[in-house]
Amino acid sequence: MSTETVNPVTGKIDEQALVTKANRQDLRFAIIGFVVLVVVMATLFALVLDFMIDGVPRISGEFLTNYPSRRPEQAGILSAWVGTTLVMSATAMLAIPIGVAAGVYLEEYAPKNWLTDIIEINVTNLAGVPSIIYGLLALGLFVQIFRLGQTILVAGMTLALLILPIIIVATREALRSIPLETREAAFGLGADKWQAVWMYLLPAGRPGILTGVIVGMSRAIGETAPIITIGALTFIAFLPPAPLQDTFPFVNFDWLNSPYTVMPIQMFNWISRPQAGFHVAAAATGVILLSMTLLMNGLAIYIRYRIRRSSR
Amino acid sequence: MDASIPTKPADAHIDGPVRAHVVNLSFYYGEKQALFDVSFPIHDRKATALIGPSGCGKSTLLRALNRMHDLYPGNRYEGEVILYPEQINIVSPEVDPMLVRLKIGMVFQKPNPFPKPIYDNVAAGLWVRGIRKKSIVDERVEQALKQAALWDEVKDRLRTSAYGLSGGQQQRLCIARALAPDPEMLLLDEPTSALDPIATARIEELMAELAPSVTIVIVTHNMQQAARISSYTAFMHIGCMVEFDKTTTIFTTPKESRTQDYITGRFG
Repeated sequence: MSTETVNPVTGKIDEQALVTKANRQDLRFAIIGFVVLVVVMATLFALVLDFMIDGVPRISGEFLTNYPSRRPEQAGILSAWVGTTLVMSATAMLAIPIGVAAGVYLEEYAPKNWLTDIIEINVTNLAGVPSIIYGLLALGLFVQIFRLGQTILVAGMTLALLILPIIIVATREALRSIPLETREAAFGLGADKWQAVWMYLLPAGRPGILTGVIVGMSRAIGETAPIITIGALTFIAFLPPAPLQDTFPFVNFDWLNSPYTVMPIQMFNWISRPQAGFHVAAAATGVILLSMTLLMNGLAIYIRYRIRRSSR
Repeated sequence: MDASIPTKPADAHIDGPVRAHVVNLSFYYGEKQALFDVSFPIHDRKATALIGPSGCGKSTLLRALNRMHDLYPGNRYEGEVILYPEQINIVSPEVDPMLVRLKIGMVFQKPNPFPKPIYDNVAAGLWVRGIRKKSIVDERVEQALKQAALWDEVKDRLRTSAYGLSGGQQQRLCIARALAPDPEMLLLDEPTSALDPIATARIEELMAELAPSVTIVIVTHNMQQAARISSYTAFMHIGCMVEFDKTTTIFTTPKESRTQDYITGRFG
Protein backbone atom coordinates (compact mmCIF):
# COMPACT_ATOMS: atom_id res chain seq x y z
CA MET A 1 0.00 0.00 0.00
CA SER A 2 1.24 3.49 -0.75
CA THR A 3 0.85 6.63 1.29
CA GLU A 4 -1.78 8.20 -0.95
CA THR A 5 -4.48 7.35 1.58
CA VAL A 6 -2.88 9.71 4.09
CA ASN A 7 -3.79 13.35 3.80
CA PRO A 8 -0.45 15.16 3.52
CA VAL A 9 -1.75 18.29 5.25
CA THR A 10 -3.65 16.97 8.26
CA GLY A 11 -1.98 13.55 8.50
CA LYS A 12 -5.49 12.11 8.77
CA ILE A 13 -6.16 8.76 7.20
CA ASP A 14 -8.80 8.47 4.52
CA GLU A 15 -10.40 5.27 5.77
CA GLN A 16 -12.95 5.05 3.00
CA ALA A 17 -10.14 5.20 0.42
CA LEU A 18 -8.33 2.39 2.25
CA VAL A 19 -11.46 0.25 2.20
CA THR A 20 -12.14 0.96 -1.47
CA LYS A 21 -8.57 0.09 -2.33
CA ALA A 22 -8.69 -3.12 -0.29
CA ASN A 23 -11.92 -4.17 -1.97
CA ARG A 24 -10.46 -3.52 -5.39
CA GLN A 25 -7.38 -5.54 -4.46
CA ASP A 26 -9.53 -8.42 -3.21
CA LEU A 27 -11.58 -8.37 -6.39
CA ARG A 28 -8.47 -8.40 -8.57
CA PHE A 29 -7.04 -11.37 -6.71
CA ALA A 30 -10.36 -13.20 -6.76
CA ILE A 31 -10.57 -12.78 -10.54
CA ILE A 32 -7.00 -14.01 -11.09
CA GLY A 33 -7.63 -16.96 -8.80
CA PHE A 34 -10.84 -17.84 -10.56
CA VAL A 35 -9.23 -17.68 -14.01
CA VAL A 36 -6.36 -19.92 -12.91
CA LEU A 37 -8.83 -22.35 -11.38
CA VAL A 38 -10.90 -22.47 -14.58
CA VAL A 39 -7.83 -23.02 -16.76
CA VAL A 40 -6.52 -25.83 -14.57
CA MET A 41 -9.88 -27.52 -14.17
CA ALA A 42 -10.65 -27.22 -17.88
CA THR A 43 -7.34 -28.85 -18.82
CA LEU A 44 -7.90 -31.68 -16.39
CA PHE A 45 -11.49 -32.10 -17.44
CA ALA A 46 -10.56 -32.17 -21.14
CA LEU A 47 -7.93 -34.81 -20.47
CA VAL A 48 -10.25 -37.04 -18.50
CA LEU A 49 -13.09 -36.52 -20.95
CA ASP A 50 -10.84 -37.45 -23.87
CA PHE A 51 -9.98 -40.88 -22.57
CA MET A 52 -13.44 -41.40 -21.16
CA ILE A 53 -14.81 -40.98 -24.68
CA ASP A 54 -12.28 -43.54 -25.93
CA GLY A 55 -12.48 -45.93 -23.04
CA VAL A 56 -15.93 -45.95 -21.45
CA PRO A 57 -17.72 -47.75 -24.32
CA ARG A 58 -15.15 -50.54 -24.03
CA ILE A 59 -15.90 -51.19 -20.35
CA SER A 60 -18.17 -54.15 -19.76
CA GLY A 61 -18.52 -57.04 -17.33
CA GLU A 62 -16.34 -59.13 -19.60
CA PHE A 63 -13.62 -56.48 -19.69
CA LEU A 64 -13.35 -56.82 -15.93
CA THR A 65 -13.55 -60.62 -15.86
CA ASN A 66 -11.39 -61.56 -18.86
CA TYR A 67 -7.67 -62.18 -18.78
CA PRO A 68 -5.45 -60.35 -21.27
CA SER A 69 -5.55 -61.82 -24.75
CA ARG A 70 -3.79 -61.58 -28.09
CA ARG A 71 -7.10 -60.51 -29.61
CA PRO A 72 -7.85 -56.91 -28.57
CA GLU A 73 -11.63 -57.35 -28.51
CA GLN A 74 -11.37 -60.27 -26.04
CA ALA A 75 -8.71 -58.76 -23.82
CA GLY A 76 -9.67 -57.94 -20.23
CA ILE A 77 -8.03 -56.63 -17.08
CA LEU A 78 -9.02 -59.23 -14.50
CA SER A 79 -5.46 -60.05 -13.48
CA ALA A 80 -4.50 -56.35 -13.57
CA TRP A 81 -7.19 -54.99 -11.29
CA VAL A 82 -6.89 -57.90 -8.88
CA GLY A 83 -3.12 -57.36 -8.93
CA THR A 84 -3.50 -53.64 -8.26
CA THR A 85 -5.91 -54.31 -5.40
CA LEU A 86 -3.58 -56.86 -3.80
CA VAL A 87 -0.44 -54.77 -4.30
CA MET A 88 -2.18 -51.76 -2.79
CA SER A 89 -3.32 -53.83 0.20
CA ALA A 90 0.23 -55.03 0.76
CA THR A 91 1.52 -51.47 0.40
CA ALA A 92 -1.02 -50.09 2.87
CA MET A 93 -0.38 -52.86 5.40
CA LEU A 94 3.33 -52.11 5.33
CA ALA A 95 3.49 -48.35 4.79
CA ILE A 96 0.80 -47.13 7.19
CA PRO A 97 1.96 -48.82 10.43
CA ILE A 98 5.66 -48.28 9.72
CA GLY A 99 5.17 -44.72 8.51
CA VAL A 100 2.97 -43.66 11.42
CA ALA A 101 5.23 -45.37 13.94
CA ALA A 102 8.31 -43.72 12.45
CA GLY A 103 6.57 -40.33 12.48
CA VAL A 104 5.51 -40.76 16.11
CA TYR A 105 8.98 -41.88 17.09
CA LEU A 106 10.72 -38.97 15.37
CA GLU A 107 8.30 -36.40 16.74
CA GLU A 108 7.63 -37.63 20.26
CA TYR A 109 10.39 -40.02 21.30
CA ALA A 110 13.61 -39.29 19.43
CA PRO A 111 16.04 -36.91 21.16
CA LYS A 112 16.42 -33.64 19.31
CA ASN A 113 20.03 -33.56 18.16
CA TRP A 114 22.08 -33.32 14.99
CA LEU A 115 21.47 -36.96 14.12
CA THR A 116 17.70 -36.65 14.18
CA ASP A 117 18.02 -33.36 12.31
CA ILE A 118 19.91 -35.17 9.53
CA ILE A 119 17.33 -37.95 9.52
CA GLU A 120 14.55 -35.40 9.28
CA ILE A 121 16.15 -33.62 6.32
CA ASN A 122 16.74 -36.94 4.57
CA VAL A 123 13.23 -38.23 5.13
CA THR A 124 11.83 -35.03 3.65
CA ASN A 125 14.19 -35.28 0.67
CA LEU A 126 13.33 -38.95 0.09
CA ALA A 127 9.81 -37.87 -0.86
CA GLY A 128 11.33 -36.23 -3.93
CA VAL A 129 13.50 -39.11 -5.14
CA PRO A 130 12.41 -40.39 -8.58
CA SER A 131 10.46 -43.61 -8.27
CA ILE A 132 12.73 -45.53 -10.68
CA ILE A 133 15.49 -45.23 -8.07
CA TYR A 134 13.27 -47.07 -5.61
CA GLY A 135 12.70 -49.68 -8.30
CA LEU A 136 16.44 -50.17 -8.74
CA LEU A 137 16.94 -50.34 -4.97
CA ALA A 138 14.20 -52.95 -4.67
CA LEU A 139 15.61 -54.93 -7.59
CA GLY A 140 19.04 -55.05 -6.01
CA LEU A 141 17.93 -55.55 -2.41
CA PHE A 142 14.69 -57.53 -2.41
CA VAL A 143 14.95 -59.45 -5.67
CA GLN A 144 18.65 -60.16 -6.04
CA ILE A 145 20.09 -60.16 -2.52
CA PHE A 146 17.11 -61.41 -0.49
CA ARG A 147 15.86 -63.56 -3.39
CA LEU A 148 12.22 -62.75 -2.64
CA GLY A 149 11.30 -63.15 -6.28
CA GLN A 150 9.02 -61.12 -8.48
CA THR A 151 6.05 -61.21 -6.18
CA ILE A 152 3.23 -59.08 -4.85
CA LEU A 153 5.08 -58.84 -1.53
CA VAL A 154 8.10 -57.26 -3.21
CA ALA A 155 5.88 -54.84 -5.13
CA GLY A 156 4.13 -53.91 -1.89
CA MET A 157 7.46 -53.42 -0.11
CA THR A 158 8.79 -51.27 -2.95
CA LEU A 159 5.74 -49.03 -3.13
CA ALA A 160 5.68 -48.86 0.67
CA LEU A 161 9.27 -47.56 0.61
CA LEU A 162 8.20 -45.04 -1.98
CA ILE A 163 5.36 -43.59 0.07
CA LEU A 164 6.88 -43.95 3.56
CA PRO A 165 8.43 -40.45 3.49
CA ILE A 166 5.06 -38.93 2.62
CA ILE A 167 3.33 -40.68 5.52
CA ILE A 168 6.14 -39.96 7.97
CA VAL A 169 6.18 -36.25 7.13
CA ALA A 170 2.38 -36.05 7.30
CA THR A 171 2.34 -37.80 10.69
CA ARG A 172 4.95 -35.44 12.11
CA GLU A 173 3.18 -32.39 10.80
CA ALA A 174 -0.13 -33.63 12.20
CA LEU A 175 1.38 -34.24 15.64
CA ARG A 176 3.17 -30.92 15.60
CA SER A 177 0.01 -28.98 14.79
CA ILE A 178 -1.90 -30.35 17.79
CA PRO A 179 -2.46 -27.45 20.18
CA LEU A 180 -0.06 -27.41 23.12
CA GLU A 181 -3.09 -27.35 25.42
CA THR A 182 -4.16 -30.85 24.33
CA ARG A 183 -0.67 -32.19 24.93
CA GLU A 184 -0.46 -30.52 28.33
CA ALA A 185 -3.94 -31.70 29.27
CA ALA A 186 -2.92 -35.32 28.61
CA PHE A 187 0.40 -35.12 30.44
CA GLY A 188 -1.20 -33.01 33.18
CA LEU A 189 -3.46 -35.95 34.01
CA GLY A 190 -0.39 -38.05 34.69
CA ALA A 191 -0.51 -39.95 31.42
CA ASP A 192 2.74 -41.58 30.31
CA LYS A 193 4.11 -40.91 26.87
CA TRP A 194 2.58 -44.02 25.36
CA GLN A 195 -0.87 -43.19 26.73
CA ALA A 196 -0.63 -39.54 25.71
CA VAL A 197 0.39 -40.50 22.18
CA TRP A 198 -2.07 -43.33 21.58
CA MET A 199 -5.09 -42.04 23.48
CA TYR A 200 -4.97 -38.33 22.72
CA LEU A 201 -2.31 -37.16 20.29
CA LEU A 202 -2.74 -39.71 17.51
CA PRO A 203 -6.54 -39.41 17.51
CA ALA A 204 -6.20 -35.62 17.37
CA GLY A 205 -3.74 -35.95 14.50
CA ARG A 206 -5.72 -38.57 12.60
CA PRO A 207 -7.23 -36.29 9.94
CA GLY A 208 -3.77 -34.98 8.98
CA ILE A 209 -2.25 -38.45 8.98
CA LEU A 210 -5.08 -39.74 6.83
CA THR A 211 -4.47 -36.95 4.34
CA GLY A 212 -0.85 -38.11 4.07
CA VAL A 213 -2.00 -41.68 3.58
CA ILE A 214 -4.40 -40.64 0.81
CA VAL A 215 -1.69 -38.68 -0.99
CA GLY A 216 0.77 -41.56 -0.63
CA MET A 217 -1.62 -44.30 -1.73
CA SER A 218 -2.80 -42.22 -4.70
CA ARG A 219 0.79 -41.90 -5.78
CA ALA A 220 1.48 -45.61 -5.33
CA ILE A 221 -1.54 -46.82 -7.28
CA GLY A 222 -0.36 -45.07 -10.46
CA GLU A 223 3.34 -45.98 -10.23
CA THR A 224 4.68 -47.92 -13.19
CA ALA A 225 8.44 -47.46 -13.31
CA PRO A 226 9.50 -49.22 -10.08
CA ILE A 227 7.02 -52.04 -10.70
CA ILE A 228 8.48 -52.69 -14.14
CA THR A 229 11.98 -52.63 -12.69
CA ILE A 230 11.18 -55.32 -10.16
CA GLY A 231 9.61 -57.47 -12.83
CA ALA A 232 5.84 -57.33 -12.85
CA LEU A 233 4.67 -59.50 -15.72
CA THR A 234 2.65 -57.99 -18.50
CA PHE A 235 0.87 -61.15 -19.45
CA ILE A 236 -0.74 -63.02 -16.59
CA ALA A 237 -3.57 -65.41 -17.28
CA PHE A 238 -4.23 -66.59 -13.74
CA LEU A 239 -5.13 -65.12 -10.39
CA PRO A 240 -3.08 -65.25 -7.19
CA PRO A 241 -4.41 -67.65 -4.51
CA ALA A 242 -7.45 -66.21 -2.76
CA PRO A 243 -6.72 -64.48 0.56
CA LEU A 244 -9.77 -66.10 2.19
CA GLN A 245 -10.42 -69.84 2.42
CA ASP A 246 -13.09 -72.05 3.97
CA THR A 247 -10.75 -74.12 6.19
CA PHE A 248 -8.88 -73.03 9.29
CA PRO A 249 -7.29 -70.42 9.68
CA PHE A 250 -9.59 -68.95 6.99
CA VAL A 251 -7.01 -66.45 5.73
CA ASN A 252 -3.93 -67.23 3.80
CA PHE A 253 -1.06 -65.14 2.65
CA ASP A 254 0.12 -67.25 -0.28
CA TRP A 255 -1.00 -64.46 -2.61
CA LEU A 256 1.91 -62.42 -1.35
CA ASN A 257 4.28 -64.81 -3.12
CA SER A 258 2.41 -64.82 -6.39
CA PRO A 259 3.50 -63.18 -9.64
CA TYR A 260 1.24 -60.31 -10.63
CA THR A 261 0.54 -57.46 -12.95
CA VAL A 262 -1.03 -54.08 -12.22
CA MET A 263 -3.19 -51.73 -14.22
CA PRO A 264 -0.60 -49.08 -15.13
CA ILE A 265 1.60 -51.85 -16.56
CA GLN A 266 -1.30 -53.31 -18.49
CA MET A 267 -1.94 -49.85 -19.93
CA PHE A 268 1.71 -49.34 -20.76
CA ASN A 269 1.80 -52.71 -22.49
CA TRP A 270 -1.33 -52.14 -24.55
CA ILE A 271 -0.36 -48.65 -25.61
CA SER A 272 2.90 -49.94 -27.07
CA ARG A 273 1.01 -52.41 -29.32
CA PRO A 274 0.25 -51.42 -32.92
CA GLN A 275 -3.43 -52.53 -32.97
CA ALA A 276 -5.96 -49.75 -32.36
CA GLY A 277 -8.14 -52.14 -30.37
CA PHE A 278 -5.51 -52.31 -27.63
CA HIS A 279 -5.35 -48.51 -27.44
CA VAL A 280 -9.06 -48.44 -26.67
CA ALA A 281 -8.53 -51.13 -24.05
CA ALA A 282 -5.74 -49.01 -22.52
CA ALA A 283 -8.06 -46.00 -22.31
CA ALA A 284 -10.70 -48.19 -20.66
CA THR A 285 -8.09 -49.41 -18.15
CA GLY A 286 -7.24 -45.78 -17.46
CA VAL A 287 -10.88 -45.05 -16.66
CA ILE A 288 -11.00 -48.01 -14.24
CA LEU A 289 -7.72 -46.96 -12.62
CA LEU A 290 -9.00 -43.42 -12.18
CA SER A 291 -12.28 -44.70 -10.71
CA MET A 292 -10.36 -46.90 -8.26
CA THR A 293 -8.25 -43.93 -7.18
CA LEU A 294 -11.34 -41.77 -6.74
CA LEU A 295 -13.07 -44.56 -4.84
CA MET A 296 -10.09 -44.96 -2.53
CA ASN A 297 -9.86 -41.20 -1.93
CA GLY A 298 -13.60 -40.95 -1.46
CA LEU A 299 -13.46 -43.64 1.18
CA ALA A 300 -10.58 -41.91 2.97
CA ILE A 301 -12.35 -38.55 2.85
CA TYR A 302 -15.48 -40.17 4.27
CA ILE A 303 -13.45 -41.72 7.10
CA ARG A 304 -11.78 -38.39 7.79
CA TYR A 305 -15.16 -36.68 7.85
CA ARG A 306 -16.45 -39.24 10.34
CA ILE A 307 -13.37 -38.74 12.55
CA ARG A 308 -13.70 -34.96 12.46
CA ARG A 309 -17.36 -35.14 13.36
CA SER A 310 -16.78 -37.47 16.27
CA SER A 311 -13.99 -35.33 17.71
CA ARG A 312 -16.07 -32.18 17.78
CA MET B 1 -20.74 16.19 18.07
CA ASP B 2 -23.22 16.89 20.88
CA ALA B 3 -25.67 18.46 18.50
CA SER B 4 -25.97 15.33 16.40
CA ILE B 5 -27.02 13.05 19.23
CA PRO B 6 -30.54 11.84 18.63
CA THR B 7 -33.10 11.50 21.38
CA LYS B 8 -33.67 7.88 22.31
CA PRO B 9 -35.27 6.21 25.33
CA ALA B 10 -31.83 5.36 26.74
CA ASP B 11 -31.09 9.08 26.90
CA ALA B 12 -32.18 9.03 30.50
CA HIS B 13 -28.63 7.96 31.35
CA ILE B 14 -26.76 10.29 29.05
CA ASP B 15 -24.89 13.05 30.81
CA GLY B 16 -22.16 13.97 28.35
CA PRO B 17 -21.04 13.68 24.75
CA VAL B 18 -21.70 10.26 23.28
CA ARG B 19 -19.35 8.44 20.94
CA ALA B 20 -21.71 5.67 19.95
CA HIS B 21 -25.26 4.63 20.52
CA VAL B 22 -26.24 0.97 20.66
CA VAL B 23 -29.91 0.80 19.70
CA ASN B 24 -31.98 -2.40 19.94
CA LEU B 25 -29.02 -4.55 18.96
CA SER B 26 -29.73 -8.26 18.55
CA PHE B 27 -27.18 -10.78 17.45
CA TYR B 28 -27.46 -14.34 16.16
CA TYR B 29 -24.83 -17.08 15.94
CA GLY B 30 -26.59 -18.87 13.09
CA GLU B 31 -29.98 -19.80 14.55
CA LYS B 32 -29.00 -19.12 18.13
CA GLN B 33 -29.81 -15.64 19.38
CA ALA B 34 -27.08 -14.36 21.70
CA LEU B 35 -28.08 -10.71 22.20
CA PHE B 36 -31.63 -9.46 22.75
CA ASP B 37 -32.51 -5.83 22.00
CA VAL B 38 -29.50 -4.31 23.72
CA SER B 39 -29.50 -0.51 24.00
CA PHE B 40 -27.03 1.77 25.76
CA PRO B 41 -24.86 4.81 25.07
CA ILE B 42 -21.06 4.77 24.91
CA HIS B 43 -19.81 8.06 26.32
CA ASP B 44 -17.02 9.95 24.62
CA ARG B 45 -13.61 9.68 26.30
CA LYS B 46 -14.94 7.71 29.22
CA ALA B 47 -14.54 4.07 30.17
CA THR B 48 -17.66 1.94 29.95
CA ALA B 49 -17.54 -1.48 31.62
CA LEU B 50 -19.62 -4.46 30.58
CA ILE B 51 -20.18 -6.87 33.45
CA GLY B 52 -22.23 -9.99 33.97
CA PRO B 53 -21.92 -13.73 34.58
CA SER B 54 -20.22 -16.07 32.09
CA GLY B 55 -22.21 -16.56 28.92
CA CYS B 56 -24.26 -13.37 29.40
CA GLY B 57 -23.18 -12.04 26.01
CA LYS B 58 -20.80 -9.31 27.13
CA SER B 59 -17.96 -10.53 24.91
CA THR B 60 -20.40 -11.10 22.05
CA LEU B 61 -21.55 -7.50 22.40
CA LEU B 62 -17.99 -6.17 22.49
CA ARG B 63 -16.95 -8.19 19.44
CA ALA B 64 -20.00 -6.91 17.58
CA LEU B 65 -18.67 -3.37 18.05
CA ASN B 66 -15.80 -3.97 15.66
CA ARG B 67 -17.51 -6.62 13.55
CA MET B 68 -15.32 -9.53 14.64
CA HIS B 69 -18.33 -11.81 14.09
CA ASP B 70 -18.11 -11.11 10.35
CA LEU B 71 -15.01 -13.32 10.22
CA TYR B 72 -17.20 -16.40 10.66
CA PRO B 73 -20.09 -17.44 8.44
CA GLY B 74 -23.71 -17.55 9.52
CA ASN B 75 -23.62 -14.68 12.03
CA ARG B 76 -26.22 -11.94 11.83
CA TYR B 77 -26.80 -8.53 13.42
CA GLU B 78 -30.11 -6.75 13.90
CA GLY B 79 -30.59 -3.22 15.16
CA GLU B 80 -28.11 -0.39 15.11
CA VAL B 81 -24.86 0.84 16.56
CA ILE B 82 -24.56 4.46 15.51
CA LEU B 83 -21.01 5.81 15.63
CA TYR B 84 -20.60 9.58 16.04
CA PRO B 85 -19.63 11.99 14.59
CA GLU B 86 -19.86 10.05 11.31
CA GLN B 87 -23.41 8.90 12.12
CA ILE B 88 -22.95 5.52 10.48
CA ASN B 89 -24.54 2.28 11.61
CA ILE B 90 -21.43 0.16 12.11
CA VAL B 91 -23.32 -3.17 12.22
CA SER B 92 -25.12 -2.54 8.94
CA PRO B 93 -24.19 -5.06 6.21
CA GLU B 94 -23.62 -2.10 3.89
CA VAL B 95 -20.78 -0.83 6.05
CA ASP B 96 -17.53 -2.63 5.31
CA PRO B 97 -16.22 -4.41 8.45
CA MET B 98 -12.74 -3.20 7.56
CA LEU B 99 -13.90 0.42 7.78
CA VAL B 100 -15.27 -0.22 11.28
CA ARG B 101 -12.03 -1.90 12.39
CA LEU B 102 -9.97 1.01 11.06
CA LYS B 103 -11.92 3.28 13.41
CA ILE B 104 -12.26 0.99 16.43
CA GLY B 105 -9.33 -0.87 17.98
CA MET B 106 -9.54 -4.08 19.95
CA VAL B 107 -7.48 -5.84 22.62
CA PHE B 108 -8.18 -9.51 23.18
CA GLN B 109 -8.46 -11.73 26.22
CA LYS B 110 -5.15 -13.50 25.75
CA PRO B 111 -2.15 -11.40 24.72
CA ASN B 112 -1.77 -12.05 20.99
CA PRO B 113 1.35 -10.30 19.71
CA PHE B 114 2.61 -11.23 16.26
CA PRO B 115 5.77 -13.41 16.17
CA LYS B 116 7.74 -10.34 15.13
CA PRO B 117 9.91 -7.66 16.75
CA ILE B 118 8.30 -5.35 19.32
CA TYR B 119 8.63 -2.37 16.99
CA ASP B 120 6.90 -4.20 14.12
CA ASN B 121 4.04 -5.17 16.42
CA VAL B 122 3.29 -1.59 17.39
CA ALA B 123 3.83 -0.31 13.84
CA ALA B 124 1.55 -2.98 12.35
CA GLY B 125 -1.61 -0.87 12.60
CA LEU B 126 0.16 2.09 10.99
CA TRP B 127 1.52 0.02 8.11
CA VAL B 128 -1.93 -1.45 7.52
CA ARG B 129 -3.20 2.09 7.12
CA GLY B 130 -0.55 2.98 4.54
CA ILE B 131 1.57 5.05 6.94
CA ARG B 132 5.11 4.14 5.93
CA LYS B 133 7.19 7.27 6.54
CA LYS B 134 9.85 6.22 9.01
CA SER B 135 9.93 9.44 11.02
CA ILE B 136 6.16 9.36 11.56
CA VAL B 137 6.07 5.64 12.37
CA ASP B 138 9.00 5.98 14.82
CA GLU B 139 7.25 8.83 16.58
CA ARG B 140 3.86 7.08 16.79
CA VAL B 141 5.43 3.82 17.99
CA GLU B 142 7.26 5.63 20.78
CA GLN B 143 4.13 7.59 21.70
CA ALA B 144 1.96 4.46 21.79
CA LEU B 145 4.48 2.54 23.89
CA LYS B 146 4.65 5.47 26.32
CA GLN B 147 0.84 5.60 26.46
CA ALA B 148 0.83 1.91 27.23
CA ALA B 149 3.46 2.44 29.95
CA LEU B 150 5.82 0.03 28.25
CA TRP B 151 8.37 2.37 26.68
CA ASP B 152 10.93 2.34 29.49
CA GLU B 153 10.95 -1.44 29.60
CA VAL B 154 11.40 -2.05 25.89
CA LYS B 155 13.08 1.03 24.41
CA ASP B 156 16.46 -0.77 24.24
CA ARG B 157 15.09 -3.95 22.69
CA LEU B 158 12.59 -2.78 20.09
CA ARG B 159 14.15 -5.10 17.49
CA THR B 160 13.81 -8.24 19.60
CA SER B 161 10.87 -10.61 19.34
CA ALA B 162 7.67 -9.71 21.17
CA TYR B 163 7.55 -13.32 22.37
CA GLY B 164 10.43 -12.54 24.72
CA LEU B 165 8.14 -10.30 26.82
CA SER B 166 6.23 -11.45 29.88
CA GLY B 167 2.47 -11.97 29.68
CA GLY B 168 1.70 -8.58 31.23
CA GLN B 169 4.19 -6.82 28.96
CA GLN B 170 2.72 -8.61 25.95
CA GLN B 171 -0.75 -7.41 26.86
CA ARG B 172 0.49 -3.83 27.24
CA LEU B 173 2.19 -4.26 23.88
CA CYS B 174 -1.16 -5.29 22.40
CA ILE B 175 -2.72 -2.17 23.92
CA ALA B 176 0.08 -0.08 22.40
CA ARG B 177 -0.54 -1.78 19.06
CA ALA B 178 -4.22 -0.87 19.26
CA LEU B 179 -3.46 2.70 20.36
CA ALA B 180 -0.79 3.51 17.76
CA PRO B 181 -3.25 4.34 14.93
CA ASP B 182 -5.17 6.62 17.33
CA PRO B 183 -8.51 4.76 17.21
CA GLU B 184 -11.83 6.48 17.84
CA MET B 185 -12.71 3.80 20.35
CA LEU B 186 -10.78 1.07 22.15
CA LEU B 187 -12.41 -2.27 22.98
CA LEU B 188 -10.89 -4.53 25.61
CA ASP B 189 -12.12 -8.08 26.11
CA GLU B 190 -11.19 -9.15 29.65
CA PRO B 191 -7.67 -7.82 29.06
CA THR B 192 -6.36 -8.86 32.48
CA SER B 193 -7.93 -12.31 32.85
CA ALA B 194 -4.70 -14.06 31.84
CA LEU B 195 -2.47 -11.86 34.00
CA ASP B 196 -1.16 -11.86 37.56
CA PRO B 197 -2.34 -9.22 40.09
CA ILE B 198 0.68 -6.96 39.61
CA ALA B 199 0.39 -6.95 35.82
CA THR B 200 -3.36 -6.45 36.25
CA ALA B 201 -2.76 -3.43 38.46
CA ARG B 202 -0.49 -1.89 35.82
CA ILE B 203 -3.11 -2.34 33.10
CA GLU B 204 -5.77 -0.85 35.37
CA GLU B 205 -3.56 2.19 36.05
CA LEU B 206 -3.09 2.46 32.33
CA MET B 207 -6.87 2.42 31.75
CA ALA B 208 -7.29 5.23 34.24
CA GLU B 209 -4.63 7.26 32.44
CA LEU B 210 -6.14 6.60 29.03
CA ALA B 211 -9.78 7.25 29.93
CA PRO B 212 -9.67 11.07 29.65
CA SER B 213 -8.34 10.88 26.08
CA VAL B 214 -9.73 7.64 24.62
CA THR B 215 -13.21 6.15 24.51
CA ILE B 216 -12.96 2.74 26.15
CA VAL B 217 -15.34 -0.19 26.35
CA ILE B 218 -14.06 -2.96 28.58
CA VAL B 219 -15.49 -6.38 29.32
CA THR B 220 -14.54 -7.65 32.74
CA HIS B 221 -15.69 -10.36 35.09
CA ASN B 222 -13.94 -8.64 37.93
CA MET B 223 -16.37 -6.23 39.57
CA GLN B 224 -13.74 -4.41 41.58
CA GLN B 225 -12.00 -3.72 38.29
CA ALA B 226 -15.18 -2.33 36.76
CA ALA B 227 -15.69 -0.15 39.82
CA ARG B 228 -12.10 1.11 39.78
CA ILE B 229 -11.65 2.05 36.15
CA SER B 230 -15.01 2.78 34.56
CA SER B 231 -17.29 5.79 34.63
CA TYR B 232 -20.28 3.85 33.32
CA THR B 233 -21.27 0.24 33.81
CA ALA B 234 -23.66 -2.00 31.91
CA PHE B 235 -24.87 -5.15 33.61
CA MET B 236 -25.86 -7.96 31.27
CA HIS B 237 -27.61 -11.26 31.88
CA ILE B 238 -28.47 -14.01 29.37
CA GLY B 239 -28.10 -11.75 26.35
CA CYS B 240 -30.07 -8.83 27.75
CA MET B 241 -28.98 -5.46 29.03
CA VAL B 242 -30.39 -5.49 32.56
CA GLU B 243 -29.15 -2.13 33.71
CA PHE B 244 -26.96 0.70 32.48
CA ASP B 245 -25.92 3.62 34.63
CA LYS B 246 -23.04 5.51 36.11
CA THR B 247 -20.66 3.10 37.76
CA THR B 248 -21.16 4.70 41.15
CA THR B 249 -24.92 4.28 40.87
CA ILE B 250 -24.70 0.66 39.69
CA PHE B 251 -22.45 -0.28 42.59
CA THR B 252 -24.29 1.66 45.31
CA THR B 253 -27.96 1.94 44.40
CA PRO B 254 -28.80 -0.36 41.50
CA LYS B 255 -32.44 -0.26 40.41
CA GLU B 256 -32.74 -3.89 39.41
CA SER B 257 -32.66 -6.69 41.96
CA ARG B 258 -30.69 -8.93 39.55
CA THR B 259 -27.92 -6.32 39.41
CA GLN B 260 -27.95 -6.09 43.17
CA ASP B 261 -27.73 -9.88 43.50
CA TYR B 262 -24.85 -10.16 41.06
CA ILE B 263 -22.85 -7.34 42.56
CA THR B 264 -23.26 -8.63 46.08
CA GLY B 265 -22.18 -12.07 44.89
CA ARG B 266 -25.49 -13.86 45.34
CA PHE B 267 -25.19 -15.40 41.85
CA GLY B 268 -22.84 -15.45 38.89
